[in-house]
Amino acid sequence: MIALGILLLAAVVFPWVFRLPYHRDLVIRIFLYAMLAQAWNILAGYCGQISLGHAVFFGTGAYTSTVLQVTWGVNPWLGLPAGIATAVALSLVIGYPCFRLRGHYFAIATIAVGEIVQTLAINWEFIGGARGLTIPFQKDSLLAFQFATSKYPYYYIMLALLAICMLVSWRIERTRLGYYFRAIREDPEAAQSVGISVTKYKLVAMAISAAVVAAGGTFYAQYVLYLDPDSVLPLSLSILVCLLAVVGGVGTLWGPLVGAALLIPLSEFTRIQFGGTGRAVDLLIYGALMTIVAVFQPAGLVGMFRRRLGHWGR
Amino acid sequence: MFHIPSSEMLIQGILSGILMGCLYALIAAGLSLIFGLMEIVNFAHGEFLMLGMYTTFWMYALFHLDPLLSVPISAAALFLLGWLTYKSIIRRILGGPMLAQIFATFGLGIFLRAAAQFLWTPDFRQISDPWVQGPVRILGVSVGKPQLVASVACLLAFGFLYWFITKTETGMALEATAQDRQAAALMGINTERMLTLGWGIGSACVGVAAAFLASFFYVFPYVGSLFALIAFVTVALGGFGSIPGSLVAGVIIGVIEVLGGILIAPAFKYVAVFGLYLVVVLVRPQGLFGKF
Repeated sequence: MIALGILLLAAVVFPWVFRLPYHRDLVIRIFLYAMLAQAWNILAGYCGQISLGHAVFFGTGAYTSTVLQVTWGVNPWLGLPAGIATAVALSLVIGYPCFRLRGHYFAIATIAVGEIVQTLAINWEFIGGARGLTIPFQKDSLLAFQFATSKYPYYYIMLALLAICMLVSWRIERTRLGYYFRAIREDPEAAQSVGISVTKYKLVAMAISAAVVAAGGTFYAQYVLYLDPDSVLPLSLSILVCLLAVVGGVGTLWGPLVGAALLIPLSEFTRIQFGGTGRAVDLLIYGALMTIVAVFQPAGLVGMFRRRLGHWGR
Repeated sequence: MFHIPSSEMLIQGILSGILMGCLYALIAAGLSLIFGLMEIVNFAHGEFLMLGMYTTFWMYALFHLDPLLSVPISAAALFLLGWLTYKSIIRRILGGPMLAQIFATFGLGIFLRAAAQFLWTPDFRQISDPWVQGPVRILGVSVGKPQLVASVACLLAFGFLYWFITKTETGMALEATAQDRQAAALMGINTERMLTLGWGIGSACVGVAAAFLASFFYVFPYVGSLFALIAFVTVALGGFGSIPGSLVAGVIIGVIEVLGGILIAPAFKYVAVFGLYLVVVLVRPQGLFGKF
């Protein structure tokens, strides 16, 4: 509890200590990716349904709020819940049929869905097609969810979103819902036989996960003020999200955060070291890490520390 | 939205779809063989294909070896890669959780792709002057000679694979291992060797396809991603573990891809493929020829 307080305090004062925009941007992106990885973790880690198409929900959140804003002038703060609602609806439409598939089949189906959605977005002129959408700058205010002179509000909004997301996961982990999810992950037949409606709770996990990712999508759109199918819908984003959770520790509360905190700076570091040589050094390390963790330590870094430190690690 | 194509265009499209489908089928067969043996999907399959294509390309660039002559080299190199992958990675995750099984090979795929980019840059490369090139006219429409040679060769390789699995003693031992590993072990089959062999043969299939593909397709680090996606869909459509299923599904997908491109719009050809896949798999989750 004390450790948690210190962590939160450190996160709150961070931008006042490290005042460089670079550091702030880095930490904002760590928070954002940690949130996405956590959302993926709710579905894949707790409920055992491995989705390789989570970028779909990120794109849905980003596109919904942006299209509403650019086309009809809807405030992004209203676009945020609209994006969440659209993503949840979409998650049910995708989930209902796809949850009839198991394991590898489900994973492959989600890749196929992701590819379909990206192709449709590229060819749908109404939402900007391949050119993407630019959010025009209107006003520097909290109300407009746009900040130009000081970027600190973005930092705190993102921190708040991450905190909410962690809280949701924590609640799920401790309540009946979490036990249902884990029962489904361990053995769907056994879960069904003790009266858990497997399909229903898979859909619940998917909806919660999609909602959180969509919120991240809206934040991303407001933060970068530009989006196109390549930046919010690619397969590589879906995979990055899995990677962070897998390396950090799947099915653990802190895993996704640990994964993001380690790997996002690593990717920045290699980019600085090797510059724009197109050598993909970060991917080289990511890929190797993913395999090594999967083979030797499926519980991820958090699992490893937990074993070393015994009870304290919880 | 729909275009009405001329009948000549349609025949042309279907023919080239069938030709491409034979290649897809051979790539998918390797994947299917491995899955049938140990219920593991090799998510690095596309990267294996990419490495086979680079092998062929470098043989051409460094030693002026034609892609046709590189077929055995590429197959042997990929056999070795499959063997090594099994021994170093797969063996350790056989009984592991689903998550480990998926992400072990997924990570390997990312790693191999990044390694290719690191070593050989993201440039597109092409074998500029292979022996077999140019078009040929059949049934009043023209198709590429390299595509024709590739698809005939893939069919032959496919036939050989089928013969090997159903008729030879080693092949039957493979099949027995796939059906029940424990029972096979009790019958005196060295199942560990069979699993290793399965990875070797499954990867060699990709090596053969890669050498032919390199004679008419660009070689670059990301080339595997698209073909891998199609291979997953082909295997799932045909039924995981079913070798004949992957041939039928490969040809269906090759044709759908082209028809989707002609009838709707070129940009939507993969939407047609993946859409069809989703529909089939939702109606029949085990695929067209799947057993379970």
